[in-house]
Amino acid sequence: MLEIRDLHVTFETRNGAVDAVRGVDLDLAKGETLGLVGESGSGKSVTAFSILRILDSGGQIASGTLTYDGIDLSQANEAALNDLRGREISMIFQNPRAALNPIRKIGHQIEDVLRRHARATRYDARQKAIAALQEVKIHDAEARYHAYPFELSGGMCQRVVIAIALACQPRLLIADEPTTGLDVTTQKSVMDLVRQLSIARKMSVILITHDLGLAGEYCDQLVVMKDGQLVEQGAPATLTQTPQHSYTRRLVAATPLPGKAIHDLIEDGTPHDTPQISQETGLSVRNLEMTFAGKNGPVHALKGISFDLKWGGALGLVGESGSGKSTASSIIARLLDPTGGEVLFDGASITATPARAFVKDPRRSAIQMVFQDATDSLNPRHSARQAIAEPLKRLTKLGRSDRMARVFELAEKVGLPAPLLDRLPHQLSGGQKARVGIARALALEPKLLILDEPTAALDVSIQARVLNLLADLRESMGLTYLFVSHDLAVVKLLCDEVVVLRQGQIEEAGPAEDVLRSPKADYTKALLRGARWASLMDDVTPVTF
Amino acid sequence: MASRARIVGGRLLQAIPVVIGVVIITFVLTRALPGDPAAYFAGDAADEASIQQVREALGLDKSMPEQFLRYVGDLLRGDLGTSLSTGQSVLDDLARRLPASLELTLTALILSCIVAIPLGVMAATAPGSWKDHLCRVFVTAGVSLPTFFTGILLIYIFYFVLELAPAPLGRLDFIFIEPDPVTGFYLIDSAMARDWETFWGAAKQLVLPACTMALFTLAPIARMTRAAMLAALSSDYIRTARAAGLARRTVLMRYAFRNAMLPVVTTLGMVFSFALGANVLVEKVFAWPGIGSYAVDALVASDYAAVQGFVLTMALLFVALNLLIDLAYAAIDPRIGFDGA
Repeated sequence: MLEIRDLHVTFETRNGAVDAVRGVDLDLAKGETLGLVGESGSGKSVTAFSILRILDSGGQIASGTLTYDGIDLSQANEAALNDLRGREISMIFQNPRAALNPIRKIGHQIEDVLRRHARATRYDARQKAIAALQEVKIHDAEARYHAYPFELSGGMCQRVVIAIALACQPRLLIADEPTTGLDVTTQKSVMDLVRQLSIARKMSVILITHDLGLAGEYCDQLVVMKDGQLVEQGAPATLTQTPQHSYTRRLVAATPLPGKAIHDLIEDGTPHDTPQISQETGLSVRNLEMTFAGKNGPVHALKGISFDLKWGGALGLVGESGSGKSTASSIIARLLDPTGGEVLFDGASITATPARAFVKDPRRSAIQMVFQDATDSLNPRHSARQAIAEPLKRLTKLGRSDRMARVFELAEKVGLPAPLLDRLPHQLSGGQKARVGIARALALEPKLLILDEPTAALDVSIQARVLNLLADLRESMGLTYLFVSHDLAVVKLLCDEVVVLRQGQIEEAGPAEDVLRSPKADYTKALLRGARWASLMDDVTPVTF
Repeated sequence: MASRARIVGGRLLQAIPVVIGVVIITFVLTRALPGDPAAYFAGDAADEASIQQVREALGLDKSMPEQFLRYVGDLLRGDLGTSLSTGQSVLDDLARRLPASLELTLTALILSCIVAIPLGVMAATAPGSWKDHLCRVFVTAGVSLPTFFTGILLIYIFYFVLELAPAPLGRLDFIFIEPDPVTGFYLIDSAMARDWETFWGAAKQLVLPACTMALFTLAPIARMTRAAMLAALSSDYIRTARAAGLARRTVLMRYAFRNAMLPVVTTLGMVFSFALGANVLVEKVFAWPGIGSYAVDALVASDYAAVQGFVLTMALLFVALNLLIDLAYAAIDPRIGFDGA
């Protein structure tokens, strides 16, 4: 149905032309689901955008053919293309909330598409839009018709985007990272919905994702891309079990799966020693409560949570958005004051000191944080060296030369090559920025490191490296970790204990091995089911319930 | 709708401290102005005794707090005092001159929007093209030519050389009779009276000064429209709309333009308030009897009552304008408005 031959796409940039896609060949049969897998910069999204010819400005198809149903899309004129878009070929996107017009009712946005392709008249558009909403399983579709995107959750927004894409019964759906930014349980329901609809309508799907596990579960055929070229192609089972190309092998290895140890993620990984966990409690959270004043009355972000963390231990605080995990980590990091309960550090209360005054507390150096977004948490005008030296300048009395020596030492510890120290954040890669963030947190020789989704924005192969670095550091420095994450697979690799949070309450807590192998709470089970790679590989012990 | 009314009420309440602040500041500032109004109005030939007499008549011999209390008392009764230079009550002066300024500014802004917004949209849809360059030329010319210069240039071309425009002497040629003041806007009043001759007479007088102002206000509006449209056009929801095959017009107007309107409305409010103040040069060139020239004359003459009246009126206008912008915002953007966020 779709045949791509020798596709080349170039982008005009200030520094000359950049080849984003270099000679891609693809074939898609009717009713087939094709997974396009690759890390950022692999050209997978650009390939998809060129099918619909909606490349960003500056991008153009340099050569090659894209044949859909006998029409060469690369030569078709704008009017012909516009007729195909949304009617024959549709697309859904990542970040669904941004993908919807923020100031137009969702019902009207669906109507726009229906009316455009003459699938509805002014009189029955409303009814058909509601039917489209019902088809993507939105409850109370009639009321939702009048909702604006900001009134809906991320998962709901993605359903609306799907409703828009499928309103005119297209025969090909391109899904560009449709689950990125959604909660684990929502991810699963969105993907299941796409699968159900594609089967019911015999629709072909191109699924673009960085997540090999996701692609493996939902696709008939996988294509791995790197640097604008196809690396390997095949059925999911063969591709993941006997990868031929070294890049595919690396990618498969880096994907966290149950049963894998952390050093399995990278090729040259060495096993880590069993961590030395002391019997002494380092951090103790007692009945922590946090209430924010919201627009519609108070919001109870934390409803009294308690847990202990021993010195040298690693505890995973797991939950979806709105679970209160970030609020809890901010309070423990002493950036926020709780409205109730207390946090004991080394037996003494740290919540007795207000967050604003905590910077002068001698324990400030002992509790440090690594933030989620490595890019946003670095000052764009400070070089890596300045970023790492900043806490030393503020909280220690080290002289200039001592400080510089310490920065070198830290950079070496986190595997950041010294020549990179003088670069600004935008000149560093994602993994390098993450290393700068970790080095900065380690500068003051903390005892407790709070890691707030430190790998969430990273590609899997980079994530594998960073996770190994964290495990190495824990081993060599005897650090205690509080690891905040939505990703159970990652938590499982790094942590000995797990606390599952939901709506400000603890659903389940205990040793990581037990909680993930035999979860008791339904919610934990749902979370695990969302981590869908369980069924992918046979040689891996699947998570059993 | 009840919630909408509550927002309006809330915003008006918020304006009260602003107005009180303005009353105090204008009072203090006018007192801090150099020059002695008593000496000024007593005339060159006055001796010490007659100056003292004028001073007592103006109440300027009293202590500052006492003067202030009297001023506030008068204000509460709706009495803005009497202008010393015109001899009229300040309220009457302002009531006659404010509509003149508003009519000029509003016409200029409407003209400016009609040109600037399409220009900005056009430039944004084809960045780097000749349309974009045309927009840039307009914008640069608009900001770099001072209003008094464009004003005089327009008078020279259209009145002196081409003889198309009437003499730049105020709002209406003396051969017409002023329409009954209902709104104070000559165009509206004469249209309401079905006096089309006067309407055309007033319109002709208005064209040149309005064009002068419009040229000046064109730049910020066009520039903001272009920037807001560019931002909107590169957003994710435009990509969704394009991928759904929506017509270019729908994408441009219904998706991009409405979102781009938000910053444009803010800019419009700012431009309006600053145009009302910057009017004075245009008013002087075209002998327009507006409040800008009134205020400058009053300031030069240390005419306390007139200056205070002017500043207070402007403050109230700004409050009303901000309210209007907030309401426009709430009407365009469903995300804001219902709890005053």
